[in-house]
Amino acid sequence: MPLIFVVRRLAALIGVLIVSSFLVFAAMYAAPGSPENFLVQGRTVTPEVLAAIRKQYSLDDPFFVRFWNWFTNVLQGNFGQSLSNRQDVGDLLANRLPTTLTLVLLAAILIVVLGIALGVIGGLRDGVADKIIILGSNVGFAVPTFFAALILMSIFSVGLGWFPVFGSGVGVVDRIWHLTLPALALALPSLAVVARITRTAIREERHSEHAVMASARGVPARLVLGRHIIRNSMLPVSTVVGVHIAGLIAGAFVVEYAFTLDGIGTLLVNAVQKKDFAVVQAIAIILVAAFGIINLLVDLLYASIDPRVRLGAAR
Amino acid sequence: MKALAKRLGPIGVGAAFIFAIVVVGALLAPLIAPYDPTIGSVTQRFQGPSLDHLFGTDQAGRDIFSRILWGARSSLVGPLIVVAVTGVLGTGIALTSVWWGGAVDSAISRVLDLLFAFPNLLLAMLAIAVFGPSLTTAALALSISYIPYTARVIRSMALRERNLAYVRSPQLQGISGAVITARHLVPNVAPLIITGATINFGFAMIEIAALSFLGLAVQPPLADWGLMVSNGQQSLLKGYPAESMLAGLFIVLTVASLGYIGERLGGRAAAGRRS
Repeated sequence: MPLIFVVRRLAALIGVLIVSSFLVFAAMYAAPGSPENFLVQGRTVTPEVLAAIRKQYSLDDPFFVRFWNWFTNVLQGNFGQSLSNRQDVGDLLANRLPTTLTLVLLAAILIVVLGIALGVIGGLRDGVADKIIILGSNVGFAVPTFFAALILMSIFSVGLGWFPVFGSGVGVVDRIWHLTLPALALALPSLAVVARITRTAIREERHSEHAVMASARGVPARLVLGRHIIRNSMLPVSTVVGVHIAGLIAGAFVVEYAFTLDGIGTLLVNAVQKKDFAVVQAIAIILVAAFGIINLLVDLLYASIDPRVRLGAAR
Repeated sequence: MKALAKRLGPIGVGAAFIFAIVVVGALLAPLIAPYDPTIGSVTQRFQGPSLDHLFGTDQAGRDIFSRILWGARSSLVGPLIVVAVTGVLGTGIALTSVWWGGAVDSAISRVLDLLFAFPNLLLAMLAIAVFGPSLTTAALALSISYIPYTARVIRSMALRERNLAYVRSPQLQGISGAVITARHLVPNVAPLIITGATINFGFAMIEIAALSFLGLAVQPPLADWGLMVSNGQQSLLKGYPAESMLAGLFIVLTVASLGYIGERLGGRAAAGRRS
């Protein structure tokens, strides 16, 4: 793959990140209500104290000076202080990142493994198994993640007691055990879509000339399946999987909130409710960056799997 | 009508019927809801289904059936705003872009690329952080984040039409771009707009319900399905699943019906989604 293509896409991503961090900062700056009033939390204070607070947080500097200071700090990994509890935003994020990453990773594995497996079964079998998979993927797509979370919780945690109801666990094994149900809830809609796309792709490949020809040549069914049908049907599937894994980033906070996990998402929801802009800004930038990087990786991956994809073609 | 029914197929007609029931329920809520959706009675908490309370009552003793009916209103209004705003602005932006081409087109493309960089729900959360939680803020922010998807499809369809004779010849006659676009281009992309709206309605319903679930869109004590799922979470853990389950079920039914209809009409590609 030409290096120039990768470089151009990276440059575009960096440009988008700079502009979007400016927009996010500007939106928070323009928000009604002033930060120092939030800090004093309704107590009556003298104008001198307010002035001191404004000075401490450099609130009186011109807009562009403040943006520049914030932006250069962010580039150095310094996200500032949370307005609501004075903690360093970077520390807050670092503590919560493992939960969110594990959750998204588990969900991604579920989407790839279960989604493709169910799709292949639906594509190869006719009859009841296929019907169930079609129905499941149609309904599964319509189930909001938070509702799936509640159903799973009531069946497997409250009813059967197999999994813990809340919390994200300590240590790797315990964490995975705590995050299995949340990951399943998060994965469900995407899993349904991936299963359906896989099923369609497999069905198309099954009747393609090269698969029929291979069977006619006497190639064993198992090899036709593995080398001709499944391999070729993975092309459309890989894009869909990529798009949905990128989408998990934004979906994660709903599931985290439902299971009260201490991830980035819950932090964002709380920060939005409390108008803790330092935290909101930091998380927004990180999510936009992660979303952009995953999308870029997906495009590169797709281009390297399928040489016919014209490089540089915008999405 | 008959052609539409044929296109939808038997399941599609069933889906349209379900969606129609939800819409009628929402419209007639003030007439047919037996109780006030926001006022409960302490002596009536956690009632099972009965003739008095068809779906039982919630933890505040409010009638769940009435809350589902009233909840249909706020649950439908949000996505309706999203679909309307996105349809109008997305189409407008796409057609402007196609009509002028060149610099205008590439400038608009850059802006849309920037919007693509924000996951939908994140953009909505940012807007809510700035303007405070409300259904209007959530719906308008989501509309903006849906615009690039809609604009992308309509742009590529309109590009193909742009150079056809029926667009070119009135232009030669000196008829203004706005008139040609409105008279000729819009009717030709209209089916795409409608199919896209059907699919986007479902997406929007799920995302607004999620925001309400997080306490960031519809505010209590108003009835809303997303809010009811979250309200009922505590009761569910205590063994009273009715409120959460029924509200969730209605979201699933509505979204699944619309999704099926949209799929029959032209598929998710019409909404500009890659999948």
